[in-house]
Amino acid sequence: MSPITEPETATRTPANLYFAGLARWSIWEALFWAALVGLFFIPDANLPLYGQIVIWGLFAMSLDLLLGYRGIPSLGHAAFFGIGGYAAGYLGKFGWTEPISGLVVASLLAGIIGWLTGRLIQRVSGIALLMVTLGLNLILYDIVHRQSGLTGGDDGLQGIEIAPVLGLFRFDIFGRTAYLYALAITFVLFLLARALERDVTTVFAIAAAFAGAAGALLTQTTQFVSPTSLSFQRSADVLVILIIGGTGRLYGAFVGAFLFLFLRDWVAELSPVYWYFWIGLLLVVMVAFFRKGIVPSLETLVGRLRRR
Amino acid sequence: MATIATVLFNGVAYGMLLFIMSVGLSVTMGMMNFVNLAHASFSMLGGYVLVVVTQQLGLPFLVSLPLAFIIAGLASLIVERTIFRYFYGTDDLTQVLLTLGLIFMSIAIITYFWGGTYQQISVPSWLTGQQDVLGLTLERYRMFLVVVGAVLALVLIFGLERTRFGACVRACVDNARVARACGLNTELVFAVTFAIGGGLAGLAGALSANLLGIDPNFPLRYLVYLLIVVSVGGMCTITGTLVAALLLGVADVAGKYYAPEIGGFVIYTITVLVMLWRPHGLMGRRA
Repeated sequence: MSPITEPETATRTPANLYFAGLARWSIWEALFWAALVGLFFIPDANLPLYGQIVIWGLFAMSLDLLLGYRGIPSLGHAAFFGIGGYAAGYLGKFGWTEPISGLVVASLLAGIIGWLTGRLIQRVSGIALLMVTLGLNLILYDIVHRQSGLTGGDDGLQGIEIAPVLGLFRFDIFGRTAYLYALAITFVLFLLARALERDVTTVFAIAAAFAGAAGALLTQTTQFVSPTSLSFQRSADVLVILIIGGTGRLYGAFVGAFLFLFLRDWVAELSPVYWYFWIGLLLVVMVAFFRKGIVPSLETLVGRLRRR
Repeated sequence: MATIATVLFNGVAYGMLLFIMSVGLSVTMGMMNFVNLAHASFSMLGGYVLVVVTQQLGLPFLVSLPLAFIIAGLASLIVERTIFRYFYGTDDLTQVLLTLGLIFMSIAIITYFWGGTYQQISVPSWLTGQQDVLGLTLERYRMFLVVVGAVLALVLIFGLERTRFGACVRACVDNARVARACGLNTELVFAVTFAIGGGLAGLAGALSANLLGIDPNFPLRYLVYLLIVVSVGGMCTITGTLVAALLLGVADVAGKYYAPEIGGFVIYTITVLVMLWRPHGLMGRRA
């Protein structure tokens, strides 16, 4: 079997090279994070939604470590999100209610499983790689879904308790603490990711640990976790978010998450059925015309304008 | 003993469905190196052709099957000519995302016209009920599936090995560039193969409606099975696809019958192991 034309390889720049040439922070990066903090101070802001956006951004960023740094696509990244989510859920349910240490434990667990997975998939590539990651995700989903005695099945894990952050800030119904907590954790992990350069197995472990942290954050801030957190749908969603935003930039993940969740929130009010149509169309248009994604496309545009 | 035989038979019938559904995907994936997840959507289309033809137009079941083949084939030809051909040669991930986007759109479109619920299907009376064969009580509809699947498998193997068009297809699979250089109209061969593959998927969708049910989530539900059959069987081998489909069908039915609590675990684990052991599938050739 042979491809008709040579595959395109130069569309995605590895993120480590990108950030190596960007050792100092640009004004855009500072503005980006300042804007996220600024959202908190807007009166009547929909903080629960913004919190979700930050968490999904972190999740998509963890996938970017694989896809953007090493060119490893995964159809099963939600597995690690789910592992982190359930680990944080069980800790909270059985008395370990301190959030930050709970997050670290959940994230480490996802990282260890990610490291093992990384070793397993080291030699496969292409379709086989997509199938293995998808298969592992489905196995995990199946187990969690069927062991309803342990996991609560479709109803999810109930009775998760999370203590106030640092013993001071209670998770309130307006999502204020949740937003700042998610943002702070995400920022710390972003700094780590920005400085990263590792081989395949380690990157897989780190990406898994970050995905686990995102899952744990979602569980802790909503005090709920269900099998949808590790469904194939979620693996597909996170891939869509990253591709929309653009790979190899880390920021693409957040831009994608913002667009995706904002659109979903808005369209879903009209009708959840149409949501599928629009996200499908968006995906097709993205890969047809902006294969690089939003952030890299914008950069090219800005670069061109500057040169004039 | 009788139950083992019945489970085996039901598994084979299910496997035949999976074979018809995925054989087109296997050939086009091997031929054009194109990962078409939307293949599952053509199956759904075939299922809805059956619904419209038999329920709304009131035409017989046997008329709806060729119509499902033709309409799904035409639809896949149109999609291939207008969209897919611009994406040959791009990386796997781009193709996965493109066709995933098309699946999402197809789900929404079908829901818009027919709603999100399962459709009522009725088959003619000679296909319902059970029949005693060699001391076994077998469902007539499943017997029908096994016969149709076996006939199609023979036709496809014969067509690929013995006809002129089959030789063109094999030439394109082996080396499209050389085939084109030798004066073969590869674009035409691609398009026709795509149409036939899509048509078979549509036929499988129509055949499966009675057994598996048909609703807008059909593509996402059976996508995984399609991918398993194609990747385990190996691309572009009809016998490989048939073997993988039958194995998967039997494993799935037996698993659900004897150990319902572990569900899909068995087939997913087998898939992962096969992929790690032989990344090009059981009968696949090295790329």
